[in-house]
Amino acid sequence: MLLAQTLRSAAAPSSFRALRVPRVVGCRTFAAASAPAGELKKTPLYSLHVEAGAKMVPFAGYSMPVTYPGQSLTESHNHVRTKAGLFDVSHMVQHRFKGPAALPFLEKLTPSDLTLLTPGTSTLSVFLHPVTAGIVDDLIITMLTPEDFYVVTNAGCAEKDLAHIAENLATFEGRAGVEHTVITDHALLALQGPNSELHLGDFLTRAGAENFNLREFYFGESKLFQTVTMGDLRVARGGYTGEDGFEISIHESVAPTAAKDLLEQSNEGRVRWAGLGARDTLRLEAGMCLYGHDLDDTTTPIEAGLKWLIGKRRAMDGGYHGHETLSRQYNDWKLVERRRVGFIVEGAPAREGAEIISPEGEVIGKITSGCPSPTLGKNIAMGYVKSGFHKAGTELAARVRGRDRKLVVTKMPFVELNYYRKP
Amino acid sequence: MASVLRPLLRTRAPAAFIRSSFAARSISTTPRLSEILKRYTKEHEWVTLDTSSSVATIGITQHAADALGDVVYIELPAVEDQVTESEPFGAVESVKSASDILSPVSGEVVEKNEAIEGKPGDLNKDPEGEGWLVKVKVEGGEEIVEGLMEQTAYEDFCKQD
Repeated sequence: MLLAQTLRSAAAPSSFRALRVPRVVGCRTFAAASAPAGELKKTPLYSLHVEAGAKMVPFAGYSMPVTYPGQSLTESHNHVRTKAGLFDVSHMVQHRFKGPAALPFLEKLTPSDLTLLTPGTSTLSVFLHPVTAGIVDDLIITMLTPEDFYVVTNAGCAEKDLAHIAENLATFEGRAGVEHTVITDHALLALQGPNSELHLGDFLTRAGAENFNLREFYFGESKLFQTVTMGDLRVARGGYTGEDGFEISIHESVAPTAAKDLLEQSNEGRVRWAGLGARDTLRLEAGMCLYGHDLDDTTTPIEAGLKWLIGKRRAMDGGYHGHETLSRQYNDWKLVERRRVGFIVEGAPAREGAEIISPEGEVIGKITSGCPSPTLGKNIAMGYVKSGFHKAGTELAARVRGRDRKLVVTKMPFVELNYYRKP
Repeated sequence: MASVLRPLLRTRAPAAFIRSSFAARSISTTPRLSEILKRYTKEHEWVTLDTSSSVATIGITQHAADALGDVVYIELPAVEDQVTESEPFGAVESVKSASDILSPVSGEVVEKNEAIEGKPGDLNKDPEGEGWLVKVKVEGGEEIVEGLMEQTAYEDFCKQD
C-alpha cells in the first residue's frame, strides 16, 4: 500500500512551472514564483488551518488543507451538501481589468460575449490558445461596470496565465486602454451549502452591514457589501460544489477574523471547515471540470462540453484566439473528434488515467476524474471518448488494474444542482 | 488467529514481536513450538505468520486505514491465486484514492476475508483484527518475514513518515 498515492487527486498539475514570468512589483504571485523551489506559499488563513489541525498538502505552490480532523472526507462532503462548509480558496488568482479597452481585450482572450453581461453579473469562461483553441485556463469573469471586470483564475495556472495575459496585452492594439492588476491583498472564502444564505446573512448583520437583502441576490450575481468590522466584501453567489453558496473576496487583514466568525458564531447546523478533498468530490458530482485534469492546453471548449460559453456573436464574428478551430467545430459536430462525458462505473472506481475501452476492445479514451460518489453511493467519473461513443446510456469499459469494469455514459451533473436562480 | 492476536496488540507490549508458545496438540512425545510472528512493511501492510501451519495473514495497518479515510471498495485475489512478495495482489479504495496492497510474502491464497469485501467500510474499524484481508500458505518459516519491521520499528517508521 503506497500512501503517497492518497494525495494524487489533490496534486497540482506541474507541467507549467517551468514557464518564466516577468516580475511585477507588489504582486504576490510573481514574487512567490521566484521563491526557492519547495518553499510553499501560505494563504492569509494558513494559521487557522494549522490551528484546526488540518492535513496540509502542497497544492499549486501553496500549502493547503485537504481534510480537517473529526470529519472524514465523506462526512465533510455530506456536511456541505446538507448544511454549509467553508473553503479557503485564497490560492486562486484574483484580477481586475479596467479601462475602456478592458472588454475588447478580454474578448480577444476568450470566446465569451461579454456585452451580454450586465454590471454585477458573472460568467464562466476560458482563455484560449491562438489557432488551436486549446484551453489555457478556465475562469470566472464578473462585470463590475462595462469598463471594469473582476476575474478569478486557477492557482495552478498562475504563471502561465500571467505570461499569457502580459504577452497578449503587449501586442494588443488598445493596450493603452487596459489596466490589468492582480489583487494580492485579498483572501477568497467560499461558503457553500444549502444553509449558506442563512449564515452569510447573520455574518453580515454581525459585521454591521445595512440594508441588504440576500433573497434578491441570485446565482451568477456579484455584489459589494459594506460592513463596519470587515471592510468592503465582494461577494459572488455561486461556487464549485453545485450547491447554493457564496464566494467572498475579503481583505487579508480581516479574513481570519471573518472565517472564525463564520465558523464559531453560526448557529443551526453550523458552518464547518471543508478542504480540497471535499472540494474535488463535490465538484465532480456537480459535473464541473478541474483544470489540469479534465481540461488542458490541448482540449477545446467544444470537446470539453463547454460550447454554451461561446457567444453566438463571437462564433459568427470571430476576433478571438482559437476562432479558426472553434468556428469549424461550432458548426459541425463531425469535426469534433472527442467529447467529455460522465460515467457511472460498476465495481471498482475508475480514476484519472484509466483507459476507456469500446465493446470491440478498442481504446477510445481516458478517464480524467473519478471517485466513489458520497451522495449517490456509486462510482462516478468523467473522461473523454471518441465521438460516437458519447451518447447517454452507451455501455463501455474502463480498465482498472488490468481488468475491464463496466462504464455507462451518464448525463451530468450527477446530482441535482441546488442554485438560487433568478425566477 | 487474528482475533487471538487482537487483545495482545491492544496492550502495545514492548516486546519486539509477539511470541506465543504452546505445546502442539499432538501425541508426539516431543512438543513442537508454534510461533506467531507479526511484522510490518514500509508500505503499511502487516503480516502475521503462524510458523506451525505456515499460514500468513495479511492486512493493512491502522496507520494506513486512518490515512486512507473511509474505505469504499476492496479488491482481493481469489482463493488458489498465487501472490508474490512486493507485488500488488489487490487494492483498497477510499473516496479520495486507490492504493495497491503489496504482498509481504509469496505463496498461495488459502482464504480471503469475504465479510470485509462485502462491507468495506468495516475495514477502518479494525484493520489489524477483523479487517484482515487474505491468508496465504507460504513455504518456509521465520526467515520469510526476516526483512520486515517489528512493531516498535514500524511505529518509529510511521512517526518519521
